[in-house]
Amino acid sequence: MKFTDYYQVLGVERDATAAEIKTAYRKLARKYHPDVSQETGGEEKFKEIGEAYEVLKDTEKRAAYDQLGSQWQQGQDFRPPPDWDAGFEFSQDFQDQGPVYSDFFESIFGRGRHGFETGQSEFHGRGQDHHARVLIGLEDAYNGATREITLHAPEIDASGRVSTRERRLKVKIPKGVREGQHIRLTAQGMPGIGGGSSGDLYLEIGFQSHNLYRVEGRDVFLELPVTPWEAALGTKLALPTPAGQVSLNIPEGSQSGRKMRLKGRGIPGTHAGDMFVILRIVLPEAKTESDRALYRQMQTQFDFNPRAGMGV
Amino acid sequence: MIDKEIRVTEITSVIVDDRIELTLKEVCKACRVDQAAILELVEEGIIEPSTKYSEPRRFSAVMLPRIARALRLQRDLELNTAGVAFALDLLGEIESLRKRLKRLSPQEDFSDE
Repeated sequence: MKFTDYYQVLGVERDATAAEIKTAYRKLARKYHPDVSQETGGEEKFKEIGEAYEVLKDTEKRAAYDQLGSQWQQGQDFRPPPDWDAGFEFSQDFQDQGPVYSDFFESIFGRGRHGFETGQSEFHGRGQDHHARVLIGLEDAYNGATREITLHAPEIDASGRVSTRERRLKVKIPKGVREGQHIRLTAQGMPGIGGGSSGDLYLEIGFQSHNLYRVEGRDVFLELPVTPWEAALGTKLALPTPAGQVSLNIPEGSQSGRKMRLKGRGIPGTHAGDMFVILRIVLPEAKTESDRALYRQMQTQFDFNPRAGMGV
Repeated sequence: MIDKEIRVTEITSVIVDDRIELTLKEVCKACRVDQAAILELVEEGIIEPSTKYSEPRRFSAVMLPRIARALRLQRDLELNTAGVAFALDLLGEIESLRKRLKRLSPQEDFSDE
């Protein structure tokens, strides 16, 4: 087990006042809070900060922690001295909502003294699965998917000891789900205490980014490259969709940016979304002299000025 | 048969949408807080019951993530309810700006080529 320097985590001196500790915590918490922060690894960092604050804000726990001495270094191998905490009575159980603490924390302050409130939910609690979020592909939203997820939740055994239990669930995600929506798993939350019924578990759905499609709510957008002659003359071409290939008629005389709607081919559901195809005309590069000659031929053939309306 | 060994029970789920409505009691249970905590959020305008003028109050289940987020901010950042409301408004605005930015950036990437 590694020693955790709680003072270093909060960036305060060992003789910092309670007010300084509070300020340091609040500053860091605002920066790394998973609901606010875009920092990578923010959630881990936030757990560390929360744990450090949990100890240092409490005079009893801080005194006990200080008792370990200042010779310990962050990350050093640590084993608590025998009977080191004799004489310390933790008069107050934590009022917190059942966070999951590090092994280091538990080696000092023990397990089972945390005063977990009954019926803890995974939705909640500093340090727990803050965002129980499941990432799926866009195709999965069309077809439905099965995902295996791992949750960490505190559990209280018959003797009242608290431990963190890892739970693996295989979840069937219904088709038609949209980004940011939640799904409900009935009675998969933490079991109620004293024979109470289990709560429901809610999971947020996120989409993996897709290299072809952009999703907005129920609607799916695809930018489709076409040649100038396909756009000018019209054609029938193969179009990829998350549900598989379909054929699409490009009307003659199409311009770049033309938006075509494929009704009901967005994310399925009672109100199925639409798919929008946006044409983008791509010019072939003039690589050879004969290529250039062809473009020059077009120049003379078409008496065309797309800026005619600009007064220049 | 080997298949059976590694099998984890498959759990079905339902999409949470407007059609699922919860009573105040059910919201409290889902969020592990007492009624006062939820009513405080209602009072501040952070959440709105779907039945505004009739009793009993019911809440759309789509509100749950917002409620959970509000409660986390309240607890972890030691914010008061007005502060939570303000933070949620700003976070919402940032999210919509980020979405717009995301929509614009693929075109920028494209022009690099």
